[in-house]
Amino acid sequence: MIWKEDIECMDSTGLKALQSDYLKKLIPYIYHNCPVYRQKLDAAGVNPDRIKSIDDIKRLPFTTKEDMRDHYPYGLFSAPQDRINEIHVSSGTTGNPTLVGYTKDDLKLWGDVMARVLCCAGAEPGDTIQIAYGYGLFTGGLGFHYGALEMGLRIIPTSAGQTARQLKIMQDFQPRILGCTPSYALYMAEEAKEMGIDPTQGHWKIGVFGAEPWSESMRREIEAAWNMLATDVYGLSEIIGPGVAQECRHKDGLHVFSDVFFPEIIDPQTDEEAPEGQDGELVITTLTKQGIPLIRYRTRDIVSARYEKCRCGRTSPRISKIKGRTDDMIVVRGINVFPSQIEHVLVGIEGTQPQYQIVVDRKAHHLDEVEVLVEVEQRFFSDEIRHLNDLRERIRKEIQNVLSVGVKVTLVEPKTIERSVGKAKRIVDKRTL
Amino acid sequence: MKITQISVFLENRKGRLYDVCSLLGANHVNIRALTIAETESFGVLRIVVDKCDAAVKLLRDNGFVANFTDVVAVEVPDTPGGLATVLKIFADNDVNVEYMYGFVEKHSDKALLVFRFEDTDTAQQVLARHSISIVTRQEIEGL
Repeated sequence: MIWKEDIECMDSTGLKALQSDYLKKLIPYIYHNCPVYRQKLDAAGVNPDRIKSIDDIKRLPFTTKEDMRDHYPYGLFSAPQDRINEIHVSSGTTGNPTLVGYTKDDLKLWGDVMARVLCCAGAEPGDTIQIAYGYGLFTGGLGFHYGALEMGLRIIPTSAGQTARQLKIMQDFQPRILGCTPSYALYMAEEAKEMGIDPTQGHWKIGVFGAEPWSESMRREIEAAWNMLATDVYGLSEIIGPGVAQECRHKDGLHVFSDVFFPEIIDPQTDEEAPEGQDGELVITTLTKQGIPLIRYRTRDIVSARYEKCRCGRTSPRISKIKGRTDDMIVVRGINVFPSQIEHVLVGIEGTQPQYQIVVDRKAHHLDEVEVLVEVEQRFFSDEIRHLNDLRERIRKEIQNVLSVGVKVTLVEPKTIERSVGKAKRIVDKRTL
Repeated sequence: MKITQISVFLENRKGRLYDVCSLLGANHVNIRALTIAETESFGVLRIVVDKCDAAVKLLRDNGFVANFTDVVAVEVPDTPGGLATVLKIFADNDVNVEYMYGFVEKHSDKALLVFRFEDTDTAQQVLARHSISIVTRQEIEGL
């Protein structure tokens, strides 16, 4: 089943006309309602009345994560706050967090694209879905919730965590669709086996997994562990949350809902359009959002895109799984982690900045593990183990507070952290994605 | 009189203790007493040597984190109850020992005990009051 068949299977001429129509309305709307964007557009020499077609998008300036932070909280909003119905906040580095806000229509849009996601994955009205994404300021839980509501699924809103309870609920209510991060799916399968439950014996049909990068081999593992079809969902809170793109049963690229989220693939070095099929940074314009519409938002996710029609009938462009990041941000258990956050904590504790390295690994139990190596310095070395352990514990607690992710802190000898041209390598990602 | 212990940070990695010892050996630094306190990922090597200033410089120059720590070395008879006698004095006088380690000397009937106190000065006064002989820096250097 295709949720919005008329749009999702539209021919390219029709789609282009629709996108052009949206863009023609969007730019003047933003220009007249958002002073920050007005300045940006003026600086780029864009006359909003001269935007006639989606092709004109290339003349528009980019929007970056920094723009969102610099203009925190409301600078990039085009709608007044009394029209905002819901806000979501994601953690920042050392500065401001990222705030997004949805008008009533934006929430409707979110429900619509998430219904498309669930349908694209293979859900049918009447199915039961267990939503084990976190509910709260994180967009995962509520995004799935709105989509499932729109589609008419029976929702079990377990949120993330409390694994034993999740498993009991699965057994009692026999959901056919599971939504959670891929690492949590594998973790739950392991836990199930420990508890003597055979995860392959459920009523599973489909899993819709996202919020962190994952690999084809992980997909095979999840499919075998749960006896279900494992599909990938893509999204980011700046654009809408989950609901930007989704794999169909052919698992051959993620369908971007390009009538509302217009994708471009650019070379992050030159900012020019990347040749078709080549890897580049995904840039998205929200064509119909009202609360905080974004023009050419730099996602920093590296993907490639294809434009031919899919076997499922959808004509929308398809993006690959995320192949990397343009900056050194890493995603751990669905949470963005920046080296600068850890640097900040260490500076706060030690006064100056010791050498450190973040090692991310996905061990036997499938959950991402973060280890922070900190080089011991003369200044804070003590002959007493107790003092060193206290220091380690303090660093661990403070990092954990900032990241909302559990970390292990290991004190290492000076000069043991790998350096390239004098600069320490800050992140070692050992996960096989 | 206080003597100086050298504390060295060591990761739990193969060969690290050897690296320290061979470095000191090659530079004619003699280790008088040694102990290692360990955790699952790192350890602290504590040593008393004959040339402590030179040893610390050497270690630091070779990339080790090494600090001086004030400790008190006491000689007790190498007989049953020798250590207990000293510990009783500390207990009776409310002197808190952070850690200690022992060391048997050649060519003598004495055992060398190295103490790290919470309050080194008070501990020394207590020892003096009870006529417990404290090993001097000169003695350590010339042992």
